[in-house]
Amino acid sequence: MKNKLIILIFIFGLFSALSAQTRLITKTGHVWFYSHAPIEDIEAHSHQVAAIILTAKGTIAVMIPVMSFEFKKTLMQEHFNENYMQSAKYPKATFTGGINNLSEINVSRNGIYKTTVEGDLTIHNVTNHVKVAGTVEVKDGKYFIKTKFKVLLKDYNIVVESRFVNNISPTIDINVDLDF
Amino acid sequence: MGFQLKLTCLLGFCFFSLVIQAQDANLLNTLDSITPQSVQYAYGTFKSTRVINGHSNERMPEGQLDVRIEHRFGLINQGYYNFFGLDESNTFLSLEYGIKDWVMVGINRASVDKTVSGFTKFSILRQSTGAIEMPVSLSVLLESNVEGNKWQYPDRNNLFSSRIAYASQVIIARKINENLSLQFSPIWIHRNLVHAVIDKNDMFALGFATRYKTSRRTSFNIEYYPVNSQSWDHQNTYRNSFSLGYDIETGGHVFQFMISNTTGMTEKAFVTETTGKWMNGDLHIGFNISRVFSLKKQKQ
Repeated sequence: MKNKLIILIFIFGLFSALSAQTRLITKTGHVWFYSHAPIEDIEAHSHQVAAIILTAKGTIAVMIPVMSFEFKKTLMQEHFNENYMQSAKYPKATFTGGINNLSEINVSRNGIYKTTVEGDLTIHNVTNHVKVAGTVEVKDGKYFIKTKFKVLLKDYNIVVESRFVNNISPTIDINVDLDF
Repeated sequence: MGFQLKLTCLLGFCFFSLVIQAQDANLLNTLDSITPQSVQYAYGTFKSTRVINGHSNERMPEGQLDVRIEHRFGLINQGYYNFFGLDESNTFLSLEYGIKDWVMVGINRASVDKTVSGFTKFSILRQSTGAIEMPVSLSVLLESNVEGNKWQYPDRNNLFSSRIAYASQVIIARKINENLSLQFSPIWIHRNLVHAVIDKNDMFALGFATRYKTSRRTSFNIEYYPVNSQSWDHQNTYRNSFSLGYDIETGGHVFQFMISNTTGMTEKAFVTETTGKWMNGDLHIGFNISRVFSLKKQKQ
């Protein structure tokens, strides 16, 4: 009896972890960021964002190759990678977490649903817990996830020298656009 | 029984949450496995397309225009009367543009010998890790110089071709780590007409350069072009060019300050016509200013 119960519970645990693992995957997500400062505006785009969602629980993981960000000025791109992000050392920015109410979203009906995403954002090898609002759009069985949020450079240990404070904003606007 | 059930439930729950936790890491691993491995190119091996006088392996990427203003002043050992050389200056103005990521062109005018030059630099290999493992960057520089001096040889025909010299250079560079970069850049210079019979038309030199970053935006550079002794006829007049430099990079500018035994800023001039002797203090202060403009539109 005892053994049976243990086995049952273990099987239950295993099963719930493995069940209904419908995976949504994209490799061409779009993330871009924007810095507005008195002297200049900086904008960069990456179209090589990989993301995966397990629909059953709304678990999401996102991975961005930091070097894939493209700037208008290539010199700026070099400074971004070399002076600020240390991309050779920390080549990836990641996010793991959950979409809070994915289960409430009616996948069979087209529409735009508001949601929040919560989890761990790792940039420049520093991890912070973040919670951001976004939308999930369902359109003919496809999902479009959009979110927009701000990060503080100091939260991720990215230091801007005092003489460049007018060039680089301490707060960066980040836009995420994932199509599944 | 009741206690054991609770214990079992607790164990089961622990196991369950472990599985959930492990999932986050697993998901990232899954992402890693499904995304194609990208190529990570080494960037910023040198701060500019020049180490000091000579070219580095760096190129202007596509759509980027580099406007360069370079000065080399007179001899430091002339003392205060000439304000340590600063009273006279040799100028070099250049426009350089990246046609594609792997090819750049430039046209420039140097006041030494009133030279107009044009060059093309090809990036053939780029140092990278990841999907492509490449230990070094390799570039090829092809340059032509046309001297504009008034004809100084009354006994020779004033032919246009006699004013031309060519430089061909292979530039092999490696960024060893974040701070240290090394470069080996042998060069062949062909002069259509030389001053004296003992001068050779073809000159070969080895080139060595290094930079060490002293902070995020500054670096210390050394450059040495020892001319192959076989073609080193003017032992008593000409020297090997040796320069020390310090780069300061601000937003879109790179300032390069140097001290060198040459005033030449084209390959032909500093490799084959350097006369200063370091031991005698025949040195020149100089600077390069590079300002990069972006002429391309941003991809959305």
